[in-house]
Amino acid sequence: MEYIIILIGAVFVNNIVLSQFLGICPFLGVSSKVSTSVGMSGAVLFVMTIATTVTYLLHQYVLVPAGLEYLRTISFILVIAALVQMVEIILKKVSPPLYQALGVFLPLITTNCAVLGVTILALGLVDASLIKAVFFAFSTSLGFALALIVFASIREFLELADLPEGMKGVPINLLVAGLLSLAFLGFAGLV
Amino acid sequence: MATPLNPRQNFLKGIVKENPVFVMLLGMCPTLGVTSSAFNGLGMGLATLFVLLMSNLVVSLVKSQIPSKVRIPAFIVIIASFVTVVEMVLEAYIPFLYEQLGIFIPLIVVNCVILGRAEAFASKNKLGASLLDALGMGLGFTMALTVLGATREILGNGSLFELRFFSEDAQTILLFILPPGAFIALAYLTLVFNRLTRKVA
Repeated sequence: MEYIIILIGAVFVNNIVLSQFLGICPFLGVSSKVSTSVGMSGAVLFVMTIATTVTYLLHQYVLVPAGLEYLRTISFILVIAALVQMVEIILKKVSPPLYQALGVFLPLITTNCAVLGVTILALGLVDASLIKAVFFAFSTSLGFALALIVFASIREFLELADLPEGMKGVPINLLVAGLLSLAFLGFAGLV
Repeated sequence: MATPLNPRQNFLKGIVKENPVFVMLLGMCPTLGVTSSAFNGLGMGLATLFVLLMSNLVVSLVKSQIPSKVRIPAFIVIIASFVTVVEMVLEAYIPFLYEQLGIFIPLIVVNCVILGRAEAFASKNKLGASLLDALGMGLGFTMALTVLGATREILGNGSLFELRFFSEDAQTILLFILPPGAFIALAYLTLVFNRLTRKVA
């Protein structure tokens, strides 16, 4: 039950993009086509889950016992950067088709604040455990995927829309994101 | 660089022509996330300005020592160090702002404006020009966040920098201090900004 609440909370109620404002750059940047947004979501799902596993263990067994919590930001971002590189190398070797699909998105993920954000947020969960933290990261990345793919689908339709000159491009995208966020506000109070 | 900018252009480009928020769309997460009031926007802007200034300073000083293959991780470590400084200073001296900005303080590390300037400008230019670039970009960012924060605070809360100018029970558009309001307010501000700068150009 507890896990269902985490899942619904992370996907709908506190959607990472639409209500927490993390990962906006890829949300606006790679959402012009549904196919690329699916690739990006896959890469984020992969990296976010692994990164949280590693950073949680690092925090619990290295930083806290050594009294070095203030190194959290530096060590986490280094772990994420190294991890992204590693995932890239391993994928290239082990699964070329998956690498083909996700490859171009992987370097972008280092500066995706959603990943660093989730690793930090996962430390703040109520009576956190490793499994809970990892499940939280996994659910959050599902929420990211949902927001990104829905947004990309809407943007594909927008290509055909007849818009006033000034509205084209950034303003209309932000406006659509706002309406989407309004829709997700409706989930508030669900858990 | 194709055409060398004079110091004035170099400084002003961050504020108008290449404004990180309205034109380049960089650093959108803190832009949308913390601007529920003008004060928060200003605080976040100044924190970012400080990190940007320090990171451009250090990057431009050590640029010839860093092998180009590991330059991105090196830049990130430099930026993360200054972010940690900001985090500790805010927690000690302005705990109210520290609470309000929350997770967005450590996330200054991944603010693409900072890494972007380190990579695109400071690693290729002299110290003076890099500092001027950081100052311009930082002020452009601060200005954008403060304007967005002010807009949202006026519409959503009927106040500016916590000064009320409507009575306590006046109807305000609550939506604007909720998450969707951030997107909608920024959409229209970008529209206005584009319109104004196009006229100037």
